[in-house]
Amino acid sequence: MSTHDQHGRGRTGPRLRRTRLLATAGAAALVLTAGLATPLAPAAPQARAAEGAQGKKVLTVAVAQSVDSLSPFLAGRLLSTSVHRLMYEYLTNYDPKDAHVVPALATEWEPSPDKLTWTFTIRSDSKWSDGQQTTAEDAAWTLNKMMTDEGAATANGNFVTNFAEVTAPSPTQLVIRLKKPQATMTALDVPIVPKHIWEKVDDFSKFNNDKSFPIVGNGPFVLTDYKPDSYVRLKSNKSFWRGAPKFDELVFRYYKDQDAAVAALRKGEVSFVAGSPALTPAQAASLKGEKDIRVNEGPGRRFYALATNPGAQARNGEKFGDGHPSLLDQRVRNALFMAVDRKTIIDKVFQGHAVEGQGYIPPRYPTYFWKPSASQELAYDPEKAAELLDQAGYRANADGRRVGKDGKPLNYRVLCHATDPNDKAVGKYLKEWWGKLGIGVTLDCLDNVTDPWLAGKYDLAFDGWSVNPDPDYVLSIHTCAALPATPKDTGATDNFICDKTYDELYAKQLAEYDPVQRADLVQQMESRLYDLGYMNVMAYPNAVEAYRTDQIESITTMPAEAGNIYGQDGYWSWWSAVPANSGDSSDSSTSTGVVIGIVAGVVVLAGLAVLFTVRRRATAEDRE
Amino acid sequence: MTAEATPAPAEGAAADPGTSGPAAGRGPRARSGAAYLRYVAGKLAGAAVSLLAVLVTSFFLFRLIPGDPVKFMTGGRPVSAQQLAAYRREFGLDLPMWQQFTHYCGKALTGDLGTSYQFRAPVIDKIIEALPNTLLLTGTAFVLYTALGIVLGTRSAWRHGRLGDRLNTGLALTLYSVPSFWLGLLLIIVLSVGVGPIPGLFPTGGMESGGKEGFAYAVDVAHHLVLPVVTLVAVEYGQTLLVTRSALLDEMGGDYLTTARAKGLRDDLVRRRHAVPNALLPTVTLIFVNLGRTVAGVILVETVFSWPGLGGLFYQGLSVPDLPLVQGLFFVFASAVIVMNTLADLLYPLFDPRVGR
Repeated sequence: MSTHDQHGRGRTGPRLRRTRLLATAGAAALVLTAGLATPLAPAAPQARAAEGAQGKKVLTVAVAQSVDSLSPFLAGRLLSTSVHRLMYEYLTNYDPKDAHVVPALATEWEPSPDKLTWTFTIRSDSKWSDGQQTTAEDAAWTLNKMMTDEGAATANGNFVTNFAEVTAPSPTQLVIRLKKPQATMTALDVPIVPKHIWEKVDDFSKFNNDKSFPIVGNGPFVLTDYKPDSYVRLKSNKSFWRGAPKFDELVFRYYKDQDAAVAALRKGEVSFVAGSPALTPAQAASLKGEKDIRVNEGPGRRFYALATNPGAQARNGEKFGDGHPSLLDQRVRNALFMAVDRKTIIDKVFQGHAVEGQGYIPPRYPTYFWKPSASQELAYDPEKAAELLDQAGYRANADGRRVGKDGKPLNYRVLCHATDPNDKAVGKYLKEWWGKLGIGVTLDCLDNVTDPWLAGKYDLAFDGWSVNPDPDYVLSIHTCAALPATPKDTGATDNFICDKTYDELYAKQLAEYDPVQRADLVQQMESRLYDLGYMNVMAYPNAVEAYRTDQIESITTMPAEAGNIYGQDGYWSWWSAVPANSGDSSDSSTSTGVVIGIVAGVVVLAGLAVLFTVRRRATAEDRE
Repeated sequence: MTAEATPAPAEGAAADPGTSGPAAGRGPRARSGAAYLRYVAGKLAGAAVSLLAVLVTSFFLFRLIPGDPVKFMTGGRPVSAQQLAAYRREFGLDLPMWQQFTHYCGKALTGDLGTSYQFRAPVIDKIIEALPNTLLLTGTAFVLYTALGIVLGTRSAWRHGRLGDRLNTGLALTLYSVPSFWLGLLLIIVLSVGVGPIPGLFPTGGMESGGKEGFAYAVDVAHHLVLPVVTLVAVEYGQTLLVTRSALLDEMGGDYLTTARAKGLRDDLVRRRHAVPNALLPTVTLIFVNLGRTVAGVILVETVFSWPGLGGLFYQGLSVPDLPLVQGLFFVFASAVIVMNTLADLLYPLFDPRVGR
């Protein structure tokens, strides 16, 4: 074979190839351009989020949590129940200022003198979105369904366990007869559904309410469309009795990654980012000072506590688990908490985005908030903690380690959530602080803490609950009645606390219909819980969220002054949000940017193609 | 002529269930139909056994996950003891393990994968809902990274040791080692939000903007597809590239290539018609392994780009643990791998006549 021949053919090769390569590059550029071009048509992203296709004002909220069910009888997750708050009116609502109970579907309510019958007056100016009138019959049917159908009791059955009978003697009158007095009757957080729609449902345990849209409701918004893990779309209910929302549409869009959600806010794709449960300090810091973005920080609903195992037991008196016996001594529990520097936890772990813990109920709810008096307070005092431990008989040995009654050095297992960075960080501090007292700490960080927790196989544990405006539930989980029936069962108990004094106070507050006296009883319970030292509240984490001021002009926070926006008790934020008159100044610059981007992309591709061709020609000749 | 020069086929897929490496043929040279049928039957039987094993394994595997689904689902909100008991009864968690197992098997054999605990919907519905989304993402990426890997791998091998090869493999290795979620976030920041003079060209996440139909919808989805696909292609093509490159390098010393050149064939033709087809077997194995994986989704990329696919669904199932959902998904994922491996086994004889003889 002659080399000449080889070269001759070799030259046609590259030429052919060059054409092919150019064609490929061209096609790629085309695809890129096609992908870019169309969505640009409805104008710039900033304007797109705030304004829909037909000039509609759209409020877009970035969320991460999947909808578990759109049926109010099944849904338990925060996102789903928040959406239900918007779709269906409840009997009562909570004032955005201080969370006291205000009228909603019920305009007024009255208990009977024997405390066993409650009569609610149902408003006559609330209509379902299909035009039918909302009546007391809808409410009675909803509650009766939950009392008689196990499937319908799935999500909210706990609200009706004490109900004896529910009737609607007239379209505006709902009468509930109780088995025993219940002070939480104005806090029935149950969506009332239209009877004429829901009576057609056969199996409430399987019906998810997500097949036909729009979904008939009577709340401030009507759900018009839903695609799992893509979006939940609602439109404003123009005939809502409290007045129509100012935004025409409310869209919850999914961003499974919080950094991506923050990016979407920065870009203007969404108007609001809540974070789950809050933006990280780094995210908040990066958004602060950004143009048209406001970082909103308000008191949260959660408390963050260190729970102590009081010796797990069942209602039948059987003990189980393996909590450290030294923790049964109140002095030890108090000493441990006194060696915890709460201020450092707020400053270093929460980086200032939390409030120092005191009583069980967060200060967000002023009616029930309680804090210890100066003499009662277990303030940070490591020296006093050491004294208390000495008094309790846990003295240090020659190595400086405190020794238990069995002669072994004290070492506590602390159960922590592997998914919660706060737990891990606080755990490290505990090691240091308790180590100085002469006590060892083993951090058990698990993805799923429920197994050891339910089995009582821990000494201490990081704990936290979200508190509702009516604190009954978070109080009830520390009563003896909440213990599991036998060690094999699961009870509603949080960490096996069973205290007679506390139980008596709990029963009293549940039967106390006078709000002031009930609040006093609740505060006494918090005081008792504080002294017992089984639930040591370290902090109340803040809600940290952000929104675009060029899309949302104003929005109601809860509490009204410096409160939070996402996950309120009520629909105040989205109902009250006022759209901003978005200036479209960014349009032209973005479009220009896009054009520049496309040109740059094509140039890069063309450059690559040329480079390839040249290289190819060079090497074809080198070969052989 | 080419077949004689082919090395024994790689047994890359041997570790996967349902696949045993194709045995080198012995005995009579002519391929007999009966032998091939026997080969096929053997492979199919193996696949069936594997599927059955997966069915049984998936039941027990996920019961090892610590955690109480009922406690997780009701965690943090008010529930009464009656409600907890009702949950357990409804999910069948109050039954002894063996009874749960027989129920599961009975249902599975009739194609019923049960009802998801958390979504209260048939598992099969949840899978069908998310499967097309995942296939669109991983399928598109698969085609692109396979093509890119083969083309660049071939180039690299043909000019191995040169600057181009070094750059090529260097870049591929770098991208292959980059964590996909990190690359994804970087792309979001640069190409979606925009940095400096670079404008935000693509959506930050999701699969659609919503409210679009027909062609506009398709374009909208394509627009959302760009960044996740680019991320996947970037981190995945390196594997195909390296496998193709090394397989081709093994071939390059082959006498038959010298013969082909001696016949006067152009270099391009030598590569395309002689070297590459013989070097492709390991790549084919890899292609089928990748194809089986496309169903399982790509959890990290799906999360970063909020793509509503199977990967995300599996993650949600695991965190509960939503036993019927994870069992069902595991079964589907494993089946896809088994089916693809079996398919690869059945196709090997076409690439290498000695297999299955």
